[in-house]
Amino acid sequence: MMQRRHFLQTGTALGAAGLMSGCATVGGGSGPKVVVIGGGYAGATAAKYIRMWSDQKIQVTLVEPNPAFVSCPISNLVLGGSKTMADITTPYDNLSKRHGVQMVKDRVVSIDAAKRVVKLAGGTELTYDRLIVSPGVDFMWETLPGMNNAAAQQQVMHAWKAGDQTLTLRKQLEAMRDGGVFAMSIPLAPYRCPPGPYERACQVAEYFSKHKPKSKVLILDGNDDVTSKGPLFKKAWAERYKGIIEYRGKHALRDVDVAGKTLKFEFSDDVKADVLNVIPSMRAGDIAVNAGLATANKRWCDVDFLTFESKAAPNVHVLGDSIQIAPAMPKSGHMANQHGKTCAAAVVALLTGKQVNPLPIYNNTCYSFVSSEDVVHVASVHRYDAEKKTMLTVPGSGGVSAAANELEGRYALAWARNIWADTLA
Amino acid sequence: MKMTHGLMATALLAFAGLSQAQAPDAAQVRSWAASCANCHGTDGRAQPGMESLAGANKDDMVKKMLDFKAGRKPATIMHQLAKGYSDEQIVAIAGYFAAQKK
Repeated sequence: MMQRRHFLQTGTALGAAGLMSGCATVGGGSGPKVVVIGGGYAGATAAKYIRMWSDQKIQVTLVEPNPAFVSCPISNLVLGGSKTMADITTPYDNLSKRHGVQMVKDRVVSIDAAKRVVKLAGGTELTYDRLIVSPGVDFMWETLPGMNNAAAQQQVMHAWKAGDQTLTLRKQLEAMRDGGVFAMSIPLAPYRCPPGPYERACQVAEYFSKHKPKSKVLILDGNDDVTSKGPLFKKAWAERYKGIIEYRGKHALRDVDVAGKTLKFEFSDDVKADVLNVIPSMRAGDIAVNAGLATANKRWCDVDFLTFESKAAPNVHVLGDSIQIAPAMPKSGHMANQHGKTCAAAVVALLTGKQVNPLPIYNNTCYSFVSSEDVVHVASVHRYDAEKKTMLTVPGSGGVSAAANELEGRYALAWARNIWADTLA
Repeated sequence: MKMTHGLMATALLAFAGLSQAQAPDAAQVRSWAASCANCHGTDGRAQPGMESLAGANKDDMVKKMLDFKAGRKPATIMHQLAKGYSDEQIVAIAGYFAAQKK
């Protein structure tokens, strides 16, 4: 065992050339064991693909507290009213039925990377040969004193993890008077889903335009300017939602007066509104931070982009929104799914004595609905750079839509059906 | 046709320079192809509303991708994505999808 661990550490240090496992038989007679923490776009994809690509020879246990997968992409359409929670919810049962992933509905309380044991809230202990940590993001509530308690968090929604929060925010919008103001605060980048807040503004504005035409959407952005698809969103706001959406950049949130429904900023006047939507600053999920994996400013987890193995703990891989991103790599569901497959291939190679792919290439595709039908995209292709040891965008590739259009609206929904199936079916 | 050959040659040279010693192996091509699955389905078997690639004709797929890449075929997004892959990689990925069951 020591020999194997020593070897793998060496392999990581040497890069692709050294990544040949010296020990194919691990974890007893029933095949190597992989534990995956978190069944989001990254974790569920990794679990499925490890089973597929190991011909079911590697045992995979997926620990996920939620009873079903609820997609963040498309969830803004629930706020707009054109989709329902059922439309964005997919059960986990195909992962076990079709792929033999062992699903454990529980929460991880600790990781012992030295002993390679994961402890669950229910008391179970899971041992692993390789661990995949993909807990998504958690929020830095400590930066907003007025929000740093459970009562406040039940009144002011982030709706940045799709689920009950999405539904509650929709109900708050439905209950709002015509002529009211919806104010959304956006944190400084990096955060999950860069264009998501601007899409949300469009969705709420479309709902207002149809049902509460005197109402306003106020975007209060901690960033200097729109962080993604700027010209396309600004065109939609000016042409489709004139008089409804107002954008204000350089509005870094300092605190929230929950009872007074007021947002307080570093350098600007307070804003009072009828419905507040506070998207707080984010960091890697709690379990990753608590396990000491968040090596970049104690906020994000540095990984080796060939394997997604943590720079802090051997045999532990980190995926999805928790990682310290490569240049121009968005924190998106599409990208998390790509992390899942890249890691799955590497884990299968490492546990079966094969060479890890020295040249990962994958793309990101992100559609945003500027109405319930019209969509704009941003796309990019990312390739491993062996010299810089990171993923870089391929020069000349990628781009955005020429203009919002209905054809891409249909493609966006087809994208959702396909990525949900690729991740979960 | 001249243009295709020019592009092909450039891309092949670039690719040769990038990884001289390594012809793409099966697992590597499978990984590259898997990055298409987000839209085109696992192993290219798509859900409704998107084109399935599994079992499609390899030459047709290669031609389509090279046309996207060169801007000869209009697209919403594929002309931007195709530019991220060398011609050699496109040929390898098309070969993978052509070999999958429909």
